[in-house]
Amino acid sequence: MAYLTINNLHKRFDDHVVVHDFNMSIEQGEFVTFLGPSGCGKTTVLRMIAGFETPTSGRICVGGEDITQQAAQKRGIGMVFQSYALFPNMNVTQNIGFGLKMRKCPADDIKRKVAEVIKLVELTGKENHYPHELSGGQRQRVALARALVVEPRILLLDEPLSALDARIRKNLREQIRDIQRRLGLTTIFVTHDQEEALTMSDRIFVMNQGRVEQEGRAEIVYTEPATEFVARFMGNYNLLGAADTNRLLGLNISGHLAIRPESIHVLDGHSQQDGTLAGTIRQHQLLGNIIRYQIESAGITLQVDRLNRTASDLMPAGTEVRLQISRDDMREVR
Amino acid sequence: MSTSPDSLTHHPEPGAGQIRKGLTLSSLNWLGVAPFFLFALLFLILPTATLMIGAFQDADGHFTLGNIARLFDDSILSAYWISFEVSAASALGGTLIGLALALAAIQGGLPQWIRPTLMTFSGVASNFAGIPLSFAFLSTLGRMGLVTVLLRNYADFDLYGSGFSILSFLGLTLTYLYFQIPLMVLIVTPAIDGLRAEWREACESLGGNSVAYWWHIALPILWPSIMGSALLLFANAFGAVATAYALTGSSLNIVPILLYAQIRGDVLHDQNLGYALALGMIVVTGLSNAGYIWLRSRAERGRE
Repeated sequence: MAYLTINNLHKRFDDHVVVHDFNMSIEQGEFVTFLGPSGCGKTTVLRMIAGFETPTSGRICVGGEDITQQAAQKRGIGMVFQSYALFPNMNVTQNIGFGLKMRKCPADDIKRKVAEVIKLVELTGKENHYPHELSGGQRQRVALARALVVEPRILLLDEPLSALDARIRKNLREQIRDIQRRLGLTTIFVTHDQEEALTMSDRIFVMNQGRVEQEGRAEIVYTEPATEFVARFMGNYNLLGAADTNRLLGLNISGHLAIRPESIHVLDGHSQQDGTLAGTIRQHQLLGNIIRYQIESAGITLQVDRLNRTASDLMPAGTEVRLQISRDDMREVR
Repeated sequence: MSTSPDSLTHHPEPGAGQIRKGLTLSSLNWLGVAPFFLFALLFLILPTATLMIGAFQDADGHFTLGNIARLFDDSILSAYWISFEVSAASALGGTLIGLALALAAIQGGLPQWIRPTLMTFSGVASNFAGIPLSFAFLSTLGRMGLVTVLLRNYADFDLYGSGFSILSFLGLTLTYLYFQIPLMVLIVTPAIDGLRAEWREACESLGGNSVAYWWHIALPILWPSIMGSALLLFANAFGAVATAYALTGSSLNIVPILLYAQIRGDVLHDQNLGYALALGMIVVTGLSNAGYIWLRSRAERGRE
């Protein structure tokens, strides 16, 4: 039986429906991500799980217990906020120990547990610092420690990395995932960053306009988008309408055809290989380890990614090429 | 996009024309703030300097510490004490009632129109002082005031018979509260706005209830702002003269009235003692304002 189950969750603010008929189930110890653009309802679902919003209808159960109407402080669910939400009048030790104090733990236990969790998030030496004396990454680790120390049944992370710079974000996401695995903590992570979702999650729920567009393991969601929205959101997919698909590939489809930029192979312009398409490079962009080309074929511009191995790999605008696309790499989406 | 090596390395030196243009703009900017500095010089710095010097001079212009020594006369110490009591009482009342009002309007879940209405009223009422305010209170709570008469005629309650007088300590404190409460609302509102919803939610998710949130988080965060505001209200009341004089005349011996008596040219006229009294007031209000600024900077530092 799943650890967390959500059935037919619905949330309406006045006339605006924010979450439509949301259903999910999570196993204990799983790391699940809600991925979607701003305003898609992912944070609202998270807040309903935390108890900060009351669902218009639907049911939330944890470990078989219905918590839909339970007060937030009784749920035993930890939350890490995007803006850290550290108490500015308390130092690191007091912030982390606050939850234990609310649970009336003995002072010695609080001291021991806080010391353990400070070590876990690598903040030793910062015990007496106040939030305004810490960097963004350190503040977020205090927030994480504060949520972890009370041993929550579920840990909720609401875009915890989005206010941090790229290098710290990368380090911290590895640290969060490592801690989550070590503690076997059931975790729900909210983000609009597909790279973050792909690198951290066991499963991803891609959300759009209050609904789940697609749910599945990270590698499946990336390589097999179910809808046009997921294809657009998950990567730089080339999305061709029915007419363009027919013109370029001679295929008849009803929806859209999604082709990942890295699955299009660029061959020499003189290549005589069967099933290839003639194309002309219009533009290129250097993205570090990748060179991104805009290649025109049959009047359609395709985005193609190639590994940047050597300087001679770069093909200038105007170069005639042949394009090879495997049928397995074409995916018809709704 | 192509860039020539020249365009990457060439940084032309500013020409004489550019420097002149910069100086002209800078001069114009200084000209813009000149009226403020002129005003401050004529009506704040020069008068303050004059009274500070005058406090240490006798009528013939010779140096003396006599004026300062006279500040410790019983009658003057008593005036300072009454001023302190009125200021402290109205600051305390203004702080508590103003804080409660602001909290109710901002965080109390009241209809949305309450907040802008309260802010607009507070903006007006906090500046409503002096003769109009005194007249308003005399005509409502004076011996023949509307409320006094209504209470006597319809509630069979003799307000003045119960010991109340608008010309007393209580009457003056009540009158001061009229501008102290809205001033508190205006000062403390940004601090209450600064209480982030996530702090309450974080507290709840950690097992804390509403009492725990106010006791452990919100009040400690607001405390420097509340204390600072109380000090500002104290300074505001301590320096008020027109309201007190218009309301009580010379029946209540507070420092601003005593000071006014020394400089207006009647039988008590002693300009240099007046300067010394003013210096004493500057010290008291200055310390209060310094305390306010320090507490405010503490409150802001914690929210970085």
